[in-house]
Amino acid sequence: MSDQKKAKPDNRPLLEVSAVSKSFGGVHAVRDVSFSLIPGTITGLIGPNGAGKTTLFNLITGVFPANRGQITFDGTATHKFRINDLVSRGIARTFQNVELFESMTVLENILVGQHTRTRCGIWGSIFRFPWVRREERQARENAMTLLTSVGIDAYADQPSGDLPFGWQRLLELARALAAQPKLLLLDEPAAGLNITETAQLGELIQKIQQQGITILLVEHDMSLTMTVSDKIIVLDQGQKIAEGLPREVQENEAVVKAYLGTTEN
Amino acid sequence: MTNRATWFRIAYTAMAGIVILTGILVSNAYHLQLLTFIGINTLLALGLNMLMGYAGQISLGHAAFYGIGAYTTAILTVHYGISPWMALPAAILIAMAVAYIVGVPTLKLSGYYLGMGTLGFGMIVHILFREWSSVTGGASGFIGIPPLELGPISFTSGRNYFYLVWALVLLSIIICQRIIDSRIGRGLRAIHDGEKAAKAVGVNTSALKLQVFVLSAALSALAGFLYAHLVYFISPGTFDFITSIRMVTMVVIGGMASIWGALLGASLLTLLPEWLHSFSEFEMVVYGLVLMTVMIFLPQGLTRGLMDLYERSKKSQT
Repeated sequence: MSDQKKAKPDNRPLLEVSAVSKSFGGVHAVRDVSFSLIPGTITGLIGPNGAGKTTLFNLITGVFPANRGQITFDGTATHKFRINDLVSRGIARTFQNVELFESMTVLENILVGQHTRTRCGIWGSIFRFPWVRREERQARENAMTLLTSVGIDAYADQPSGDLPFGWQRLLELARALAAQPKLLLLDEPAAGLNITETAQLGELIQKIQQQGITILLVEHDMSLTMTVSDKIIVLDQGQKIAEGLPREVQENEAVVKAYLGTTEN
Repeated sequence: MTNRATWFRIAYTAMAGIVILTGILVSNAYHLQLLTFIGINTLLALGLNMLMGYAGQISLGHAAFYGIGAYTTAILTVHYGISPWMALPAAILIAMAVAYIVGVPTLKLSGYYLGMGTLGFGMIVHILFREWSSVTGGASGFIGIPPLELGPISFTSGRNYFYLVWALVLLSIIICQRIIDSRIGRGLRAIHDGEKAAKAVGVNTSALKLQVFVLSAALSALAGFLYAHLVYFISPGTFDFITSIRMVTMVVIGGMASIWGALLGASLLTLLPEWLHSFSEFEMVVYGLVLMTVMIFLPQGLTRGLMDLYERSKKSQT
């Protein structure tokens, strides 16, 4: 499977992280990290706790700027954009601890997810012009399609906080997809899921990839990461210590020492 | 969506009906005046509720916008002889401009710090009303604000003013409800539920907070305009810190994130002091006790509390 994917044409990278560093008060969370993501691929980002994975996510999504280095998304440097601008340019994410809008229904969560793909403003909402009604109808249809695709459409009108945890994860994923991203960052999407749910998640992630969406995946579940990823990047103490095919990384000595060696594997 | 829309249409029609009937049935001038004040306070609570209940941002200085609305129309109509109907858009636009200027730096704050920032703003504006006496009349107040007239219709009589205020309340309720049920409203509620996640789905949180801050200032200024032309006399004391707090109390007591909560909260806080006159010197004690009781037993506010009570009674019947 990985051989077939390896043969993909060497496209222009969708995301290019070059020599990026970030420190918080003397702690080097990310040090001189470079890598690039080829469109349509899944990249697994692994490393022990505190390796800088979440910091890297926050740098890519524009939560805070890097101290040094540059991140280029779709041909443009990202540092001058705000988070919401990056979302409309095509970067979406999920959170390690599911962050749903709990006072809203399942459907409304997806509707908010389409915020950057709709344009009704204050005046539009007050006067409800025909185009606003059309946009709203279209948004609701899109939302139902998305909910159906992750299998929770029957709960569209339930408060999102009432869903069982596994479904909350699916909803968050669907909400990220509602932004029609080119790049999807998943922060430990399998955390808290049981084996069946994790397997379903793996299939879903591959289905998302088939739609042409590039995925960067942080995940502690090794079997999931190794199965779905085309490429693995290993971080340790803020630095990239390995990058390659899943098989190569598993055999890499530095990785075994820093990371895999400490676990049962 | 359709059900919700139908439900709201029924609610609006019912409210319009109640307003019209009340205007016909109530003839006591004092009662009409009281009901008019409820309407003005509802406008205040409605605007602040958009900011607090939906966007989750507190303001402890909103009386400033109430005062800006009142003083702008007073100054323009008395000093410059401008028609009140021309002064109305001016009052609203000035309040919105001030909200914009104040909002850009202030809304970068959150939680307690936003509270402190808006508190400071409210106090500065209050001092301005009191000390800039050549323009505002200073501490002794501003007299001689003209009544509203529209051709042959004069809004001096209690009934006409009552209808004018409540028509504007109904219009404002519809506007707010439409905003809440739109993309903008969902963005606001997303900020309230979790700002980090709201940003991550692409909501421009700072722009949206600023917009709703400006909107709430506009509603407060409208209330200020109506207040000034109702009582013909304004003084700085009406727009002080206590008024800001009373506005927050209306929102919290009525129920955050509820349009009808604003109406209930404003009604209770307007009527309560009237009902409690008989307690004479203990009035404020009882007033405080009532508010505490509501918060202890209906911590979600009157709207949610009454809805829960209704559902519980329905369950116990079956």
